[in-house]
Amino acid sequence: MNYRFDWAIVTSGKYFEWLVSGLHVTLKLSAVSIALSFLLGLLVAMMRMSQVRPVRWFAHGYLEFFRNTPLLVQIFFWYFGSYKVLPQSVNDWLVRQDFEFAAAVIALTIYTSAFIAEDIRSGVRSIPKEQMEAARSSGFSYVRSMRYIILPQAVRLTIPPLINQFLNLMKNSSLAMTIGVMELTYQARQVESYTFKGFEAFTAATLVYLALSFLITGLMTLYNKKVLQPIKGH
Amino acid sequence: MVGGLDFSVIRDNLSYFFIGRYPKGPLGGVGLTLYLAVVSLALSFIGGLILGLLSVSRNRLIKWGSEVVIQAIRGMPLLMVIFWMYFLMPALAGRPLPEAWTVITALTLFTSSYMSQIVRAGIEGIPKGQMEAALSTGLSHRQAMIHIILPQGLRNMIPSFVNQFVSMIKDTSLAFIVGVSELTHVATQMNNRTMLYPTEIFLFIAVIYFIMCFAFTELSRWLERRLAWRKSI
Repeated sequence: MNYRFDWAIVTSGKYFEWLVSGLHVTLKLSAVSIALSFLLGLLVAMMRMSQVRPVRWFAHGYLEFFRNTPLLVQIFFWYFGSYKVLPQSVNDWLVRQDFEFAAAVIALTIYTSAFIAEDIRSGVRSIPKEQMEAARSSGFSYVRSMRYIILPQAVRLTIPPLINQFLNLMKNSSLAMTIGVMELTYQARQVESYTFKGFEAFTAATLVYLALSFLITGLMTLYNKKVLQPIKGH
Repeated sequence: MVGGLDFSVIRDNLSYFFIGRYPKGPLGGVGLTLYLAVVSLALSFIGGLILGLLSVSRNRLIKWGSEVVIQAIRGMPLLMVIFWMYFLMPALAGRPLPEAWTVITALTLFTSSYMSQIVRAGIEGIPKGQMEAALSTGLSHRQAMIHIILPQGLRNMIPSFVNQFVSMIKDTSLAFIVGVSELTHVATQMNNRTMLYPTEIFLFIAVIYFIMCFAFTELSRWLERRLAWRKSI
């Protein structure tokens, strides 16, 4: 192969800046989406465990549908197709935003929330039933027992799978490039098409993704060691 | 018309969504999606088995080497793996290659590294006494692995493999990016051509994907219950 490597192209200058701005967008997209998916996931998990049957069924349908459909298709749906099913006021609001970014956030949030909801539910289920019974018999309502007794314990157990979902989300955010969100993969692609130095561009992007992944995995190990093990030790 | 949506575009192109231009042209749509998923899963099974066995090897160098490969691939977005293959394989081969091959290779690499973890968990889930008993009857470590440990471990892994197939079906949608005409690609093409029915088209393929994936999710749950039941007696 007569390929001449030119690493300087991705370590300084204009193309370096493109990649940095891509990283910035990837981080922003992931951070916004994980926060929203946690809230939505919590809500859906509560609905899934509700005493009211239709609410429970709705949540069940939501979980199964969004978990069993490709994220890419969901992204396309929100980006290209959602205008026909959303109310006009929402559409007007969305158009005034950075619509590519907003569509990516909506798709990533809904997709990830379905996974998070299941993680939260299994966290709640791992709390012994007696806790709920004890809370109820001491006069707490169902919602208050959840809020003050069960959830605080369950969330602690749910944090490792949540960190794992964040890792997935960060990697999944690369799909946002398909609708023109200028995140890291998009920028790597961009550098490649401007310079024909695909090897360097992809190596740089890959290394950044790996660094992020290892950072997040390290965080999870640390949490398990410092927080969970001491609790379980008792 | 359902709620202001017009699904006639789906009805008129139904066979295109399911089999592409087959039999007059190449297979596409759902047919190609399933083809990509099945071939990649079969290859990933082999890849995952090899990587999984290497990662429990008693040779430190092999153990750590395979661990680095597994973690590196797991740390990357699948999209990145696809771009790498799309771009490296023709360069290495010195000639253009069919995009479907590069996608199958990327999916296989990616899924193998996830499968290897399933294989390892399956092997480690078998009580140590089994290996010790096998060794004490005079089997070598390798024989014990192949004839005693793996057959039991593999049975426990079946539900996870089925789950992996569900992920695989979803992941094949990324083949769209390099122009392989599977279901998502067919849908975007249809969307670009007609312009008027994005909601209907993407809703329709979402439902198709859902039916395929949900069927296998349920199968995996059923297998899991059956395995638990078998273990309990």
